Amino acid sequence: MTEANDAQAATREPPNRSLRSLLFAMELDTRLLGMLVALAVIWVTFHLWSGGNFITARNLWNLSVQSASIAIMATGMVLIIVSRNIDLSVGAVLAFVGYTMAMVQAEWIPKTLGLGFDQPYTWLVALAVGVVLGAAIGGLQGVLVAYGGVPSFIVTLGGLLVWRGLIFRYQQGQTVAPLDGIFQLLGGGPKGALGADFSWLVGAVACAGILYTLWASRRRRRRYDFPVRPMWAEVLIGAAVVVVVLGAVWVANSYPWPPALAQAYAEQNGIPWPPGGLIIPTGIAFPVMIMLGVALVVTYLATRRRFGRYVYAIGGNPEAAELGGVNVRRTITLTFVLMGVLCAIAGAVQTARLNAAVTNLGVQNELDVISAAVIGGTSFAGGIGTIPGAILGAVVMQSLRSGMLLLNVDSPTQDIVVGMVLVAAVGFDAYLRRRAA
Amino acid sequence: MNEAAVTSGRPPSPGAPAPASGSRPAATLSPMPLVEMRDIFVSFGGVHAVDGVTVDLYPGEVVGLVGGNGAGKSTLIRALSGAHPADSGEILIDGKPVTIANPRDAKAYGIETIYQTLALADNIDAAGNVFLGRELRTRIGSLNDAAMESATRKVMGRLNPRFKNFKTSVKSLSGGQRQSVAIARAVHFNARILIMDEPTAALGPAETTQVRELVGQLKSEGIGIFLISHDIHDVFDLADRIAVMLQGKLVGTVNKRDVTKDEVLAMIIMGKQPEEVSQRELAELHS
Repeated sequence: MTEANDAQAATREPPNRSLRSLLFAMELDTRLLGMLVALAVIWVTFHLWSGGNFITARNLWNLSVQSASIAIMATGMVLIIVSRNIDLSVGAVLAFVGYTMAMVQAEWIPKTLGLGFDQPYTWLVALAVGVVLGAAIGGLQGVLVAYGGVPSFIVTLGGLLVWRGLIFRYQQGQTVAPLDGIFQLLGGGPKGALGADFSWLVGAVACAGILYTLWASRRRRRRYDFPVRPMWAEVLIGAAVVVVVLGAVWVANSYPWPPALAQAYAEQNGIPWPPGGLIIPTGIAFPVMIMLGVALVVTYLATRRRFGRYVYAIGGNPEAAELGGVNVRRTITLTFVLMGVLCAIAGAVQTARLNAAVTNLGVQNELDVISAAVIGGTSFAGGIGTIPGAILGAVVMQSLRSGMLLLNVDSPTQDIVVGMVLVAAVGFDAYLRRRAA
Repeated sequence: MNEAAVTSGRPPSPGAPAPASGSRPAATLSPMPLVEMRDIFVSFGGVHAVDGVTVDLYPGEVVGLVGGNGAGKSTLIRALSGAHPADSGEILIDGKPVTIANPRDAKAYGIETIYQTLALADNIDAAGNVFLGRELRTRIGSLNDAAMESATRKVMGRLNPRFKNFKTSVKSLSGGQRQSVAIARAVHFNARILIMDEPTAALGPAETTQVRELVGQLKSEGIGIFLISHDIHDVFDLADRIAVMLQGKLVGTVNKRDVTKDEVLAMIIMGKQPEEVSQRELAELHS
């Protein structure tokens, strides 16, 4: 009741009271905002500590690519955990599917079928095989959980062993390389990126899309006579979003191609070498574009479709969902199918980036993915978690690792720090929730 | 439901002669029961939770279902709501045999249930709970949250005008507000048959009065209501007929006007029909 009153008060009164009522009037997710602040603190700390090497176009661009594959899987993990399950097999599924995709393009199409390397369709066939295989593996695990009644922890623990073990059936665990030329672009790198013009275009489209969504939602609420945010709050949110999006594009475009690559490009295209060197902006990397696309689709599924509503309802109260007529088993199975597909996409990104499939592909990824979801506010009690939160969680995790790498912290120490941060973050979150309740 | 159906569906007036067994409204006034549950059996691992029970419900009628803990009231009603289908027995809606295998089947026949636990998803807002499993969607199949919120505001305006928390998850609501959400879910979809399992158990006096008024209102709209309660005063105030269960069996169904509270109490505790019970036994109930 008091909250409703506050909202009305904030709508009427001028916006200069306290920070808290200011945030309330904007109806922002304070958790998400808190995470952004935490991320900013991490970045600034590493920046100062490393003598100004962290917040650079080059490092942030690399960070975005490194976070992408974990973030892709974390979006699906949110739905799995929200519906009170867990998937420990994501790293192994990623590896098995990634390996299979590598086999398709490096062995089966060129050698077994004798069609040769680097056909124009190779990358698409490999990707399609991967996505279908990922969906099938996810579906199998989902059916065992939902219809077979085996706890997801057990099913996917078994899956972790089975899928990774199966890799060795292909070529006794030999590395499969090289991959198709077009497929490699999925992994990023200077050529696997949008370049300056397309990056600006994507930024502009994203801004337009977000502003339209804000406007459409306001108009819809008006039509139904529901309370709306005060106009100044809408403008502030819109402006902040535009600044952040265009800022990110600017950073991506500020990272130039390495000089050697630029030189080769100049020679190939007969461009005279300018005195200061040829600056070719890299732009947004393809893995990041894939991650953003995945995030959009999964967010839509989670918040705007019946499927997502059921996932959250099952997490909140499985019995209520069942009594409401929700097909609980089908919904649970679908969450695992989605997870499998996302593992396949992440597998494509990782193999493409390495330009090879190796047996330790995706090792410990399940821990990073689960950590990203949990740091992003997904609760193991079920029913709570957001996709943007999980993506931010993935960026936080990767920022820690990348920052420590920059400071030459050895790998075991990195693990120790990440482990402690994970527990501390969840503990702090639990404390905040208890206080709020 | 139109007026004619409501009057024809009414149980007998005080002037009408009491039926021989006291278990049926006069046949001339009520041609067709809304629901008949015949010879229902439900067992859990050899225990007969419901043992050959037969009850019926007419339009515009409230049938109170009473009995002690473990008498089988909730189990009987879960067979009708589809939450736990019966092992054997027949369910007839409007005289036609039907199969109710899950909650979706029950809802398709216009059977809505307000569970004792309320069966709310705590992390979802009021509109999401009201429409859970029956979401309104836009042309492209997205959730139409605005339309659902609007419909919820409308039905809440009727049930609980002071209800304002449409944006928060139902976890943060008071017991009475949560109950309103559960009731809104049951009445929004034009239920013909309403099952209320202990609807006032978690409520304060003011909210209880509200539920009682609602029962009267729904009754006048021609809805048939099964009311489960262990509060015999509640049942006496609201029900037209009272079905008493003991250890999974039906002791009997009586017309409220033909019995006293003590006689019903004797049925609940001793399993004796009103005509079997002696004055001495009735007196002992109070000692």
